Amino acid sequence: MNPEVSDEAATQVRVTVNGREYRAITDVRTTLADFLRHGLGLTGTHLGCEHGVCGACTVLLDGAAIRSCLMLAVQADGAKIETVEGLAEGDELNPLQEAFHRNHALQCGFCTAGFLMSVTAALREGPVETDEQAREVLSGNICRCTGYAAMIKAVQETSIQVHGNKAAS
Amino acid sequence: MKPPRFTYHAPTAVEEATSLLADLHEDAKVLAGGQSLIPLLSFRLAAPEHLIDINRLPGLDQVERTGNAWRIGALVRQRTVERSAELAAAVPLLAQALASVAHPQVRNRGTICGSLAHGDSSAELPAVMTALDARMTLMSAGGTRQVAADDFFQFHLTTAIGPDELLTAVEFDSPVPGTYAAFEEFALRRGDFALAGVAATATFAADGRIKQCRVVAAGVAPTPLRLAAVEELLTGSELSASVLAAAQEAAHREVTPMGDSRADSDYRRHLLSVLVRRALSAVQIKHGAEQEGERR
Repeated sequence: MNPEVSDEAATQVRVTVNGREYRAITDVRTTLADFLRHGLGLTGTHLGCEHGVCGACTVLLDGAAIRSCLMLAVQADGAKIETVEGLAEGDELNPLQEAFHRNHALQCGFCTAGFLMSVTAALREGPVETDEQAREVLSGNICRCTGYAAMIKAVQETSIQVHGNKAAS
Repeated sequence: MKPPRFTYHAPTAVEEATSLLADLHEDAKVLAGGQSLIPLLSFRLAAPEHLIDINRLPGLDQVERTGNAWRIGALVRQRTVERSAELAAAVPLLAQALASVAHPQVRNRGTICGSLAHGDSSAELPAVMTALDARMTLMSAGGTRQVAADDFFQFHLTTAIGPDELLTAVEFDSPVPGTYAAFEEFALRRGDFALAGVAATATFAADGRIKQCRVVAAGVAPTPLRLAAVEELLTGSELSASVLAAAQEAAHREVTPMGDSRADSDYRRHLLSVLVRRALSAVQIKHGAEQEGERR
């Protein structure tokens, strides 16, 4: 994939992404984010700052949300990765994506994949009920179209859908 | 940007890692969680010829407790420590401060020891480990030594780790009964590096006076800074309103922070002094609550 890769710098990486196994040769200095995008053609994961601040590249690594720009692809060898491509069932959006859509929780959409993956990890751990909890969950990602208010609603609505409404019961 | 070229090593035994370090010395950097090192590479602020990835070393991903002593191995993620109910109960200062360390996405990968080895003086963990009087275990091909936190942090991004050494663990003791601690920081946004922070821990005698304390500032000096004048003032005193005010003033006199585009020197000094008072006040509230509980 990179013609300049010398033999000693190239390494084989095997990962399972969204349930499918992949095997590809990559340069050892390639980040997981670039590997997903350029090595595997999974361009749903976006890169904003490339130094761990913006959260656009968030993916799940063995279930935990991480910055894929802050990890080398070679370090992910053998890991199970989930990306935004794994959320929808065919053309059918999942409840979180549906809630983002319904609440206009995105404008340009560049940051959305990262937000969706961060929120996915958080909602698996438990409900996100209060504004404060939702802000905490969203705080590791940056949106420059300022869609946060709508995102907070989307997260809370999805939480109720997934975990039920504790506050009302 | 993208990381520069390097030769990648993934040793599977600690001896293999230390032998690589012995051979490569300053041409090599150790990669653990990568949450500080990978940005440095991507910015091209660091361009080591070799990276030694320690993630496949066995035995370093454990939090071990032996009586009162805790040992956190080099591969223990910050998130793991944050979620340890046992550790949070025994050493609440650590879990409290970890909530302010970046974001969960970073803490899921970032290690406790990695933050210490990076040695950013505005980071939370170096200040916390100084407050806990922690000991760092440094291993080289020649043997193992321990360095106290007070001697470990030497300058901004500079620690006592030699070029041939690997930080394999940090150790600290559960605080003795009667000890209360608090962490306070101020950052412009949640998860940002703090403009100033304070880790405070105090052990009270039965008469309510402080027997022993550590008050450590972050972000106002090239290393975590123990506020000696504040500690001296507190030792032997009760945490009365006047003592809290005096401690705030002493902290204000004791630091001369560097200013930068986010906050000038005077503002940081003011922030720090207020945070010292808040942290000590939180310590006093925890102490008071316990006393009240005991009387009932």
